[in-house]
Amino acid sequence: MWTWFYKLASPPHFFRIAGMLTPWVMGVALSMITIGIFGGLVLAPADYQQGDGFRIIYVHVPAAWLSLFSYSLMAIAAGIGLVWRIKLAHAVAASCAVPGASFTFLALATGSIWGKPMWGTWWEWDARLTSELILLFLFLGYIALRNAFDDISKADRASAVLALVGIVNVPIIHYSVNWWNTLHQGATVTKLSAPSISTSMLWPLLVTAIGCTFYFAALVMQRTRGEILLRERRARWLELELN
Amino acid sequence: MQEFIEMGGYGAYVWSAFGLTFVVLAWNVHAARRHFNRARLQAKRRIQSQAGAGT
Repeated sequence: MWTWFYKLASPPHFFRIAGMLTPWVMGVALSMITIGIFGGLVLAPADYQQGDGFRIIYVHVPAAWLSLFSYSLMAIAAGIGLVWRIKLAHAVAASCAVPGASFTFLALATGSIWGKPMWGTWWEWDARLTSELILLFLFLGYIALRNAFDDISKADRASAVLALVGIVNVPIIHYSVNWWNTLHQGATVTKLSAPSISTSMLWPLLVTAIGCTFYFAALVMQRTRGEILLRERRARWLELELN
Repeated sequence: MQEFIEMGGYGAYVWSAFGLTFVVLAWNVHAARRHFNRARLQAKRRIQSQAGAGT
């Protein structure tokens, strides 16, 4: 098990395995997203309060989940890279930023579009919305900071510190609906008791969310392969791989 | 069909949210591919220049 793990952590190995897996993971992701969205738009019944407007949930919640997941993965990978000086970990962290920022933007934008008909406003400076906006700024700051360095290992270390500091925001976002009085509704799915949403509405949401997670994994694997190429200095395996 | 597009009066909101999501997801696939291709091109150039320098 550990030797397998060490092997995977070697860039040439990861490069090859991720190269084989990426198309399959992306294929599973797109099938699941298609099934989930079909279930959400067509099969799920309309909400008794929000009518068909509630269907925005099928893009909003997966986007919000992935915004938190991608930031957490980015910070953990950056931390591992910083402490143990593992190049592959830095490569993974760097790969999370653009997809993560995209999902955060989507969570904010679809939430805003949902808020207009249901709350009567596009935006409200409440705890959930504001902390999610800060997450977007953390992602954008991380990307800008990386771009400010010519030397990739300096960029890795500096951006890792930013990613680690920013992780405090993740639990703040998650618990903001409990800690503060907000306009945003409380948790419906991630509760200890049974989720307060009927099965016919829940399954498309879970399928879409898992599909989006696979989609994110495929993007990160492909970007990590690119990041490995940018970092690799030993030419031998590269030459074999590229020619 | 008409009913499906109208989404009980929420059509503009629902479809703009889904449309925007689709655009961002499609762009990300394209961006990841471009990122990888650029990195591969850079690595190839580096190998060639190293080979040219006789190292």
